[in-house]
This record gives sequence, structure tokens and C-alpha cells, in this order.
Amino acid sequence: MNIRNVVLAAVAVMLCASQVWAQTPIRFGFPIPLTGEIPKVGESSKFAAEMLREQVNAGGGLEVGGKKYPLEFIYEDNESKPESAVNVTLKLINRDEVVGIIGPQSSRQAIPAGGVADENETPMITPWSTNPDATHDRPWVFRAAFLDPFQAPVAANFAARQFTAKTAAVLYEVSNDYSKGLADNFTQVWAKMNGAKSVLAVESHGPKDQDFSAQLTKIIGLKPDFIFLPENYSFVALIVPQARDLGYKGPFMGSDAWGSAELMNLCGNDCKGQFFSTHYAAAGAKGATREFIDQYQKKYGYVPDDVAALTWDAVNIMLKAIQQGGKVEPDVRKMRKLIRDNLARLSNFEGITGNMRFDDQGDPIKCAVVVEIADDGQFTAVESVCPQ
Amino acid sequence: MEQFIQQCVNALQWGSFYALIALGYTLVYGVLRLINFAHGDIFMVGAYIAFFVSTFFLLPDGLFGFSRELTLALTLPLTVVLTSLVGVTLERIAYRPLRRKGVHRLYVVITALMCGLILENGNLALLGASRKTLPDLIDKHIYTFGSIAVTNLKLWVIFAAFMVFIILHAIVTRTRIGMAMRAVSWDEFALPLMGVPLDKVIVFTFILGSGIAGLGGLLFAMSYPVLEPYMGAMTGWKAFIAAVVGGIGDIRGAFVGGFLLAMVEIMVAAFLPSTFRDLFAFSILLLILWQRPTGIFGLPTTTKI
Repeated sequence: MNIRNVVLAAVAVMLCASQVWAQTPIRFGFPIPLTGEIPKVGESSKFAAEMLREQVNAGGGLEVGGKKYPLEFIYEDNESKPESAVNVTLKLINRDEVVGIIGPQSSRQAIPAGGVADENETPMITPWSTNPDATHDRPWVFRAAFLDPFQAPVAANFAARQFTAKTAAVLYEVSNDYSKGLADNFTQVWAKMNGAKSVLAVESHGPKDQDFSAQLTKIIGLKPDFIFLPENYSFVALIVPQARDLGYKGPFMGSDAWGSAELMNLCGNDCKGQFFSTHYAAAGAKGATREFIDQYQKKYGYVPDDVAALTWDAVNIMLKAIQQGGKVEPDVRKMRKLIRDNLARLSNFEGITGNMRFDDQGDPIKCAVVVEIADDGQFTAVESVCPQ
Repeated sequence: MEQFIQQCVNALQWGSFYALIALGYTLVYGVLRLINFAHGDIFMVGAYIAFFVSTFFLLPDGLFGFSRELTLALTLPLTVVLTSLVGVTLERIAYRPLRRKGVHRLYVVITALMCGLILENGNLALLGASRKTLPDLIDKHIYTFGSIAVTNLKLWVIFAAFMVFIILHAIVTRTRIGMAMRAVSWDEFALPLMGVPLDKVIVFTFILGSGIAGLGGLLFAMSYPVLEPYMGAMTGWKAFIAAVVGGIGDIRGAFVGGFLLAMVEIMVAAFLPSTFRDLFAFSILLLILWQRPTGIFGLPTTTKI
């Protein structure tokens, strides 16, 4: 074969390929925490999104108004830092010209990044952020998770019943909007339920701390009925064993940031038997949720955590809004506007983390579950709490 | 009162780590007048080496399927030796060439800072961002006296810190090589004229400092079993502050400074709102330095950086 044939063949292949990908792709950006404090969260988001993208593209792409468009996802690392989240979100909006943003996951990054997306008129859905500020007064920002003012009473009511508790103590991370917001919400709710003095201690720690013995000694000395820990899983794995070492025998109540697939690898036996409120429970799931879990487990080798499920839902919400728009505008700004308008119009969505209705802030109204960490390390649903 | 004693125990255990790292800073500074900013990351590398060595040996999925006692007995010396190799390598490829060229000390300090970043990010690139956890190497026992609880591991950590200090102090004050180390810090240029092998003394210093960091890394990984590439940075900086407050260059200073810093940190969190812990803790240290700018054991010298 001489050189001319090779060149001709290459040109032919390129022509064929360009025939298949004639449609300009629909491009989404994911500013997610691939490194830093919560790398497993970033990994889960990326895995879930990739799985969905491959599925849609294998079927020829997303069908909008009778034509099929391939999906293109760009993942950027926000390093679990607020300032990096702002930078990469801006980069995705201005340089990569994405039509929509999925992420960031934690409220600590989602609140500043949401501001950027809103100012630049780019629709954004944060899958996992539960702090109200992420979407508050931001018409371009939406979410797929419930809110902390809803999660806090779920946790408080459950703990009051399960542990027959009257008193509580709280330990949270001071520089994390999620952790601090939820701690505040919980303290208010608990004080309302059991009187102003019933929250015995509200202690905090910094983002790089590894030793919590001072705070825990203080808390344990006050003998609370349980300790509320609205913390990321990497801290949970340090705090719970340290409390046991200091002689604490009571229960912990956790929040949705516990629910990473990595929690049990890090925490081990000490976390077994504890409870936390979350978005979905993998054990015992049915229907579309089961299908998603099986597919994910087969592909990546572990049970998807709540972040994976919520990312899956968030991307699907975005796709549904595009389909409802009925067309793909070649102009990025017009396309973003079209997506936003249709996201705002969306009143109901059947997701794998449950049915959601959207209120006028772009926040879903959906159920929460409380799970127990079983002896085999699985998160088993104990109860489901739905808003009235 | 019992709570106060418990907090003292907490501070002793936490201070042991600061002391172990601070000793490494102070050794290198004492001999070379070099602030080895990569030291915190050598400590991190020590923790990772402990992780790899122990999972490599430990049953059931390790290579040899050793028992846990044997694994610990092998992990301990291997971690110390391998970590000191890392320290010596750094000295060899980063600091020595600069020293040979006779550049100002400032450039070596910046090089050290960069070496630390290289170690952190190299680890991130090599192993990924996900956390590692050390398998349990000893059975944890919790001893309680009234409401005071202490684990056997914590007692071991405190014991190890004191032993290291005593041995190190003996090496520096009672042996020939210790005398040579002190002599280097006195006059680096006159020393080779007296027939003292300068490079050997410096290598020995790095072996000691990094070996102690390796031991600290192993004990840290056993006490706080969530390993990540940046774990050494913050702890390292704080240990450096401890060494300075104690009087950098003096072994007693590093040891006392480490415990002092931990005591201040823990007592501030214990009796004031924990939100302001670092604010108050470092304000107190600032006050100490204000009174004694060269640290508790430090002597005034003319050139320092």
C-alpha cells in the first residue's frame, strides 16, 4: 500500500466519521471535586454521568425535535475548594461554551459557583447541594436534592424517636457551608422540640483538622443522648473512632454527606449501627433505581452512592428540559435561555431518587430516607420521610 | 477536674506528633541553618510507606500473610529506613548541589518548599486522590479510670516520643558524631580543615530527622487512619511553628514546643469556643515569641532566615 492510498483511506474514514457526527454535540460541563477533601464524590459523579452519556450516545444521541444530537461532557476538577469551583465554572462557561452546568456537588462549592452561573446566564443544576443559598434568588440555578431546612427536622425527629433522646450535641466543620448550615438548622429544630437548653454543646473544627479529642472530650463530658455529625465522610471516619477511644458509647446521627461509597472503607467497624438521613437507599431498591444500581455496579464494581444517583437524575432533568424545548439553537446564549426556561417550567420529574416537584426557587420537593449502616456495611433504609 | 486530666492526656498524645516532626525540623536547622520545609511532606511519605509496607506484609491479602504482630515488627524498621532514604535522596538531589555552588541559604529554603510540593503532587498523581486507610496493626484496648479514657495506642505514641527525645539527646550530646553535628552548626567552613567529613555528618542528620518523621508517620497513620497527600502540609507547618516557639536548633526546644503547641490548641478548644481555636492558639504563641523572639530555649544569633 503506498502513501496515497493511506491518505485516501484516512480521508474516507474522516468523512464517514464526520457524517455520523454531523450534528454539533450538546455540551455540558461538570465542575466536580475529583481531588481534595471529597474525591470519591467527584468520582461517583463522573462515573454516573459517563454511564448516562454512553447510553444516550450508543442510541445515536439525544433526540430533540426529530433530530439526534450526541452528548459531550466536560469534567473539571474543583479540588473541593470554593475558589477553584468558581474558576472552573467560569472556564466551562466562557472557554468551553457549555449549554448547561451539572455540579458542583457540595454546598461549599455550589454556593459560589451558583453565583457565577447565574451572573453568566448559564443554567446549572447542582445534584447534591442541600444548603438553600445555592439556589436562593438565582433564577438560573436548580438542584436535584432536598434542602437542609427539610433534612434537619427529619434527622431530629428520627433521633428523638430512635434513641429516645432529650439532649443532643453537635460537631461540625466551620468552613463548610453545608456542615454549618445543617448544624444551625438542626440546633434550631432540636431547641424548639426539647427546649433551649437541650442542645448541650455546639462544637466545630477546621477544614484540615485530624484530631478532635478536645471537642469530643468536652462533648462527652456533658453526656448528651446522641451526637449529631453533619460532616463529610472523611471526617466521620476520624471522629467516630476517636469518640469511641475517648469512652463514648452513645449513638451518632449523621447527614447525607456520610453516604459515600468510601465511608465504610475508611471507618470500618466503628460506624456500623449508626444512622444518617440521605437521598436514597441502594439496598432494597426497585424499578428504575434497581436497574441503575445494577448497571453501575456491573460497570464500576461497587454500589453507587447517593451522589451518583443524584447526578444521574440531574443530567436527566437537564436532558428532559432540552427535549421539551423542542429544538437546539446554534447560538449558545439562546440555547442556554431555552434550557433555563424549560427547566423553570418543569413541574414534575420521576427520578431514581424519587419523585420530585419543583417550587418557584427551583428546589425539588421530595422525600428523604433514614438509613442504618448494617453489619455488612450496606446502607439499609429504616424509614422514608416525605414533606407534607 | 477529670475532664482537665483527659484534655491533658489528649494534648500529650497530639503533642507527641508535633514533637516528633519538630525534632526533624530542628535537627536540620541546627546543623545546616536550613529550614527544611519539605519535612512535613516527608512525614506524609512516611505514613504512606507505612501503609504500603503493612498492606504488603499483612494477612490475609498481603504477599507473605504474616501475623499482625510480625507485620508491625517489620513495618516499624522498614518505614523508618525507607523514609530516611527519601530524606537523604532529597538532600542529595536538591540541597547538596545548591550547597556546592555556595548559593545563599534562601534559595535552598525555597527549593525545600518546592520539594514538598513535588512530594505532595507526585503522590496525588501516582496514587490518586482517594483516601487510604491503614489496617489495624494492634488490638485496641481502651483503659478507663473514672471518666478518663486512654487507649494503648495513645500510650505507645507518648512513650515513643519520649524515647526518641531521650535517644536523640544522647546522640547529640554524648557521641562523636553528635559532637561533629554540633561542630558543623558552629563553623561549616573550618570543619573540613579539622578532618571532619562534612557530607557524612549532613547525611547522618538527614537520616535521623527523616527516620523520626517516618516513625511519626507510622504512628500517625495508626492513630488517624485516613491518609491523604496533603496531610503533612498543615501538621508540618504547625510543627515548624512549634520548633520555632521552642527555639529552633535546640532539641529540647522542639520537644517542649511540640507539647506546648498541642497543649495550647487543645486547652483553647476545651475552654473557649472551638470555632476560634487556631485564632487564640496562635495569638498565644505570638505573645510567647514577642517576649522571647528566639524561642524558649533559643539563643540570639546574628544571621537567621
